[in-house]
Amino acid sequence: MTQSTQLLLALFVPLIGGVLLTIAGRWPNIRETITLTTAGVLMLLVWSFLPALLAGERPEAHLATLMPGLSIAFKIEPLGMLFACLASLLWIVNSVYSIGYMRGNHEKHQTRFYACFTIALSAAIGIAFAENLFTLFVFYEVLTLSTYPLVAHKGDPQTIHQARVYMGILLATSIGLLLPAIIFTYSVAGTLSFTPGGILEGHLAGPAVGLLLLMFILGVGKAAVMPVHRWLPAAMVAPTPVSALLHAVAVVKAGVFTVTKLILYIFGPDYVFSQAGTDWLIPAACFTIVAASVVALRQTNLKRMLAYSTVAQLSYVVMAAALLAPISQVGAALHILAHGVGKITLFFAAGAIYVASKKTELGQLNGIGRRMPITMVAFTIGALSMIGMPPTAGAISKWGILGGALDTHNMLVILTLLASTLLNCAYFLPVIFRAFLMPEDVAPKKDHGEAPWPMVLALSTTALLTLAFFFFNGIPIALELQIYQGTP
Amino acid sequence: MTLSSHFAILVVVVPLVMAPLVAVLPSRSGIPWLVASLTAFISFLLAIGVTQQVMAQGVLLYELGDWPVPFGIGLVIGPFAALLLLVITGASLGALLWGRASMNQEVGEEHQSLLYACWLLATAGLVGITITGDAFNVFVFMEISALASYVLVSAGPSRQALTATFKYLVTGTIGATFYLIGVGYLYMMTGTLNMADMADRLSQVSETAPVLMASGFIILGLALKAALFPMHAWMPNAYRYAPTIVTVFLAACSTKVALFVLIRFDFLILQPNLGDHALLFTTILMPLCIVAFLVGSTVAVFERDLKRMLAYSSVAQIGYILLGASLVSSAGTTAAILHMFNHAIIKAALFMAVGAMVLRYGSSRISDIAGAGKSMPWTMAAFCVAGLSLIGVPLTAGFMSKWFLIQAMLEIEGIGYLVVFLILVSSLLAVVYIWKVIEVAYFQAPASMPHGEPPRLISEAPMPMLFMIWLLAIANIWFGIDPSLPLGLAGMEVQQLLGASR
Repeated sequence: MTQSTQLLLALFVPLIGGVLLTIAGRWPNIRETITLTTAGVLMLLVWSFLPALLAGERPEAHLATLMPGLSIAFKIEPLGMLFACLASLLWIVNSVYSIGYMRGNHEKHQTRFYACFTIALSAAIGIAFAENLFTLFVFYEVLTLSTYPLVAHKGDPQTIHQARVYMGILLATSIGLLLPAIIFTYSVAGTLSFTPGGILEGHLAGPAVGLLLLMFILGVGKAAVMPVHRWLPAAMVAPTPVSALLHAVAVVKAGVFTVTKLILYIFGPDYVFSQAGTDWLIPAACFTIVAASVVALRQTNLKRMLAYSTVAQLSYVVMAAALLAPISQVGAALHILAHGVGKITLFFAAGAIYVASKKTELGQLNGIGRRMPITMVAFTIGALSMIGMPPTAGAISKWGILGGALDTHNMLVILTLLASTLLNCAYFLPVIFRAFLMPEDVAPKKDHGEAPWPMVLALSTTALLTLAFFFFNGIPIALELQIYQGTP
Repeated sequence: MTLSSHFAILVVVVPLVMAPLVAVLPSRSGIPWLVASLTAFISFLLAIGVTQQVMAQGVLLYELGDWPVPFGIGLVIGPFAALLLLVITGASLGALLWGRASMNQEVGEEHQSLLYACWLLATAGLVGITITGDAFNVFVFMEISALASYVLVSAGPSRQALTATFKYLVTGTIGATFYLIGVGYLYMMTGTLNMADMADRLSQVSETAPVLMASGFIILGLALKAALFPMHAWMPNAYRYAPTIVTVFLAACSTKVALFVLIRFDFLILQPNLGDHALLFTTILMPLCIVAFLVGSTVAVFERDLKRMLAYSSVAQIGYILLGASLVSSAGTTAAILHMFNHAIIKAALFMAVGAMVLRYGSSRISDIAGAGKSMPWTMAAFCVAGLSLIGVPLTAGFMSKWFLIQAMLEIEGIGYLVVFLILVSSLLAVVYIWKVIEVAYFQAPASMPHGEPPRLISEAPMPMLFMIWLLAIANIWFGIDPSLPLGLAGMEVQQLLGASR
């Protein structure tokens, strides 16, 4: 199998799996086997690119040319590889979890649920491997459309309303801002290929660059930089596996991944921040971090709190990518990974609590740590990773970002990191305190222990991954350093 | 001379000759439909033949009865005309193959042979407008196609079809008369009706009052025919109350033919000879086009009837097409021609899907098709594909049009940026009205029947319908990935239109 066919196969395998599981919809066990097999094959296909990538190769594949300079093509580079590895790995874990959640909750339309998931995953891989901005845009839109049925899964008017907010914001920003920005880029630069060092230098200068950057950052609504973050809390009406994989990993990471990719390969970090009118990006990200954390502090619903925490954490990546220091940009890439495993653990825990006890509000969680010890320990690990405390994944990426801030003497970023860490402590620690140290208010009507075993298995796996990443992070760092040091 | 050299005239003669023949065939049988479909098929093949010749030669000239041109009548088929020929004959054939079941249900069997005869006359008229090189012939064919269309629209199942036809008839007649007045003035001043000669001789009399009057009358008359905002009032009800098969056909090509004449007449005859006409053309039409797509899309959002919703969407799309042409630049005109082709396949697919639902549900109200996603999965899936294309999602034909249109707008800078923004706002409105349908079809349970009757069982559309719907849905994707056919012809045409004058 050549690298090019393998790459295209990685895109189509989820879709093939989707068709098969739709056919097998009537037999849940066969359907779930197909989901797991598809996820396994996808992970195998994606991860087997790692050695080639580490050796400095850049596998490519070409699908179609619409007109000169506008084609559907793919090329794997380190940043996309990291995103694809993360998404394909967590899909397996999430599938195991979904099975427990959907069956434990007796949800309807399960076949539609799994089928849409496969489309969303294919789109995420397409975004990760896109060779040019146009290809990325195509899959970006596919991701938005394919996740609507997942968010609107419950189907009652309240859910439909929130799902409309979700899709409305994402489509409006992408068609209203991202698309014109792409067309404008194409008309000045004549190409949309991701090129190290950017494609704009020599074609566009001055405040126009700043304006284009603004259109891109707000146009990529999935990155949830304020004020286009409203869709993320709205999406929390979805079943928890959707919130976990899509709104902690695939969709939101697709957003910050796109932003990072734009800065690295379309604008060129050295070029863009030497132009007038681009210095608003770091303050905007800092504002989002602090504001979202303050809002998270005031939430009473567990999932909504996690959603606002995600908004804040995403802006870490945007901020880090905008800092002009290689170490912080490696930190940005690592934070995509670290936040992914940490946040999915937190969502898994929230879903496990819901399935076992039907509890969704923070005030109800007193003493739940004694009933569900494994779940709450995993939750604690995830929370520590959000705060950035060793020995968790978050510590590594925060270290990188902070290092970059110190290198460039950017006081604003340093202060923001400090404030955000404190705020993170302020909203996560009370939850842990409630769960373990406060006594239960009233005994639940139905005595319960842990959630079904597939869920517990999934959330302990991701919690362990969060810990493991602190110790074993050589490969991703080596991979990302290639971007800045050139391929060996 | 071989047969192939006569394709140009045959493409209009074949349907014209077959029409009276179909009229006398027995109505209560499938024969009129069969003969009409065969005729449409032959026309389509002839159109393909003509297109191939045009692609090889650039322009196809044909002299009727070998009379040299200023004395006899000449046919002039450029690349744009060839593309439109494909659209007209293709729409005629496609709608006929698609719509037999719909025709039987909505019209009944009594008058079918007469209707199919009118159908062929309408086709012949539209084809004639496209290929003739004579300004007066355009009027003759315009009347042939219009009169036949009035009959077709009036055959609609409900009585409102008659009032809709009346409105259509009055507007259409005014439009055609205005055009004729304009042509009359030009004939008075130049002494010729041949378009090429007219373009040559007009330079000697330009800036005279009759010529200026003529340009005003011609543009206004054609804009009425093309349903450019605010002259679109006849269209929504004509589309709503006509038999669905007629709507499919008319929506795909009838207004486009008026646009075609408008663009060619203006670019070839008026602009090169009248000093600041090009500027005038831009400043008058561009604001109208912008209002057209904004108003059209907004009204479509609030429409409760599928056919009227799509008709208002057509008002918007005509705005896009003429917006491109109003720039008088090569990029803009390319975008206009491309979108004319793309809009034909988008709207035909959408109306076909809607027609299939009307056939099964007996209603075109949006609220009545709840649950169509389950009961008619294939039809609804095709509706989604065509709807995405209408919105302009990448990898569909509609995206290509938007891409070229926005590129053309970015070229003019300044106000262009504002217009780009407005185009995108209008696309978002398209998202809203298409999504409204999708939500009802997929996410709403069918309304419960009164008196506890069991819910009606709705089955998927019949096979021939489904086949045509999907053929067009696939065409939407095909031309979104490989737009070389319409784009190539558009490029050739733009060279001829703008190369001649500038």
